[in-house]
Amino acid sequence: MQRGTKEAIGKFVPWILPIVLLILWQMLVKFGWLSTRVLPAPSDVVVAGIRLAQTGELSRNLMISTIRAIIGFSIGGVIGFALGLLNGVSRPAEKALDTSVQMIRNIPHLALIPLVILWFGIGEESKIFLVALGVFFPIYLNTFHGVRTVNPELIEMAKSYGLRGWNLFSKVIFPSALGSILVGVRYALGIMWLTLIVAETITLDSGIGYMAMNAREFMQTDVVVLSILMYAMLGKLADSITRTLEKKWLKWNPNYQSV
Amino acid sequence: MNRTNGADVKIMGLTKTYGQKAVLQDLDLDIAPGEFVAIVGRSGGGKSTLLRLIAGFEQPTDGGILVDEMPLKRRNKTTCTMFQNDRLLPWQRVLDNVGIGLQQKNWRQLAQQALEQVGLGDRAHEFPSVLSGGQKQRVALARALVRNPHLLMLDEPLGALDALTRIEMQRLIEQIWQKQQFSVFLITHDVEEAVALGDRVLLIEHGQIALDMPIPLPRPRQRKSQAFVTLSEDILERVMGDSSDVVNTASKESLETAHAC
Ligand SMILES: Nc1ncnc2c1ncn2[C@@H]1O[C@H](COP(=O)(O)OP(=O)(O)OP(=O)(O)O)[C@@H](O)[C@H]1O
Ligand SMILES: [Mg+2]
Repeated sequence: MQRGTKEAIGKFVPWILPIVLLILWQMLVKFGWLSTRVLPAPSDVVVAGIRLAQTGELSRNLMISTIRAIIGFSIGGVIGFALGLLNGVSRPAEKALDTSVQMIRNIPHLALIPLVILWFGIGEESKIFLVALGVFFPIYLNTFHGVRTVNPELIEMAKSYGLRGWNLFSKVIFPSALGSILVGVRYALGIMWLTLIVAETITLDSGIGYMAMNAREFMQTDVVVLSILMYAMLGKLADSITRTLEKKWLKWNPNYQSV
Repeated sequence: MNRTNGADVKIMGLTKTYGQKAVLQDLDLDIAPGEFVAIVGRSGGGKSTLLRLIAGFEQPTDGGILVDEMPLKRRNKTTCTMFQNDRLLPWQRVLDNVGIGLQQKNWRQLAQQALEQVGLGDRAHEFPSVLSGGQKQRVALARALVRNPHLLMLDEPLGALDALTRIEMQRLIEQIWQKQQFSVFLITHDVEEAVALGDRVLLIEHGQIALDMPIPLPRPRQRKSQAFVTLSEDILERVMGDSSDVVNTASKESLETAHAC
């Protein structure tokens, strides 16, 4: 029982500061110290959220953004993972490909937006392309690094006990690289939302970014803030999912055990 | 019991060089089936290199190795190695670690039996990270034993353990060896351990076998007995024998490197 309350308090602690800030913000706006043109009151944001939820606009835009994110992430992630594995396992492949990847990596992918619009127009393809490109690099780099830093002693041991090919990969190389790969995934998720925000605000048609830009034209600061909050929420959600996966998949590692 | 379980190893004119440096030079050695051979020698003398060659991890520069009258080609299924560190896969549970690479359908049962043999039957479903150092080494031993080795290669497997656990492990290894009658190649830096376990104690020096000492004491060996103590001291003295030599070569080498810089 005592342990239960302790746990509840432990869960509550991280939320104290945000709640205090929120209350402060609400008071600042309501007492007129902060113009609603600069920032809407939190309560107004909630009201806007309810309004947009009722018209169905919010869920529609949320859905579209999420689908874009998932598709872009899957494409970029799968390619990055595969290439990272390939270059990690095979020295000749690394020699042939890694330098090129590193060169492209040094171009900020958002700088390609004008070119991407010329290639794909302002439709879905351009947004998915940008997300995939942004996601590719962290996943590639961390997969590559993870595979390369597998303890050679473990590989020697496994080989001496007859493991090779797929077995060697699935029992030794992949589990060993998994921690690093998941770091790449978390990093990539951040880039995924960032890319999507920028891409959606530029190629206007739908999605949370579009909602924000549209609201700006009508000075609806409440909707702008709401959109930003939606992004934050989606980002947090994605991060929580990876954390859960980390805990599940890396439970052998004392560093990842929940305390 | 006959000794058909043990591998018969013949090493002839074995030479291994790394670059210019000859680590093993024209080394000859026979291990009889079921024999327990203990290897001592100064650090860097080539003990591990010899083990890695016999285990098939590396190829000789010259000379050859016959295991059961067959020339050794790469890995041999009946030779199992236990390393200085446990080399367990941290993401696999103890039972899966022991059963790694086993092809048999009933591998779980075999692995469980091997674990029971080393006294860890009840830890099968834990991750290695929760085991103590000695327990991890016992899992590593079970992993080697479950394959019914004909030749067990041990490279300072007990070096990292405390004195008490080490003696326990030595007894365990001796008992299992007596039961299964495989051949053993044990590297150790502890002369007492070599005398306690070996049928023969070999000293490797300058890439060759400098001493081949049979240990005719009855088992289990009494470490306090006069014969045991005398033998240990003799061997230790022989190992340390040309320690003045080491200082000389060491200072000469450092001089040479100083010149090279
Ligand atoms: N892969 C390698 N490349 C180059 N030199 C090597 C290699 N492996 C071993 N050596 C050299 O061979 C010599 C013998 O090494 P080895 O590991 O066999 O010594 P050892 O007798 O096992 O020593 P220790 O008791 O410290 O384990 C050392 O001088 C070492 O530097
Ligand atoms: Mg060694």
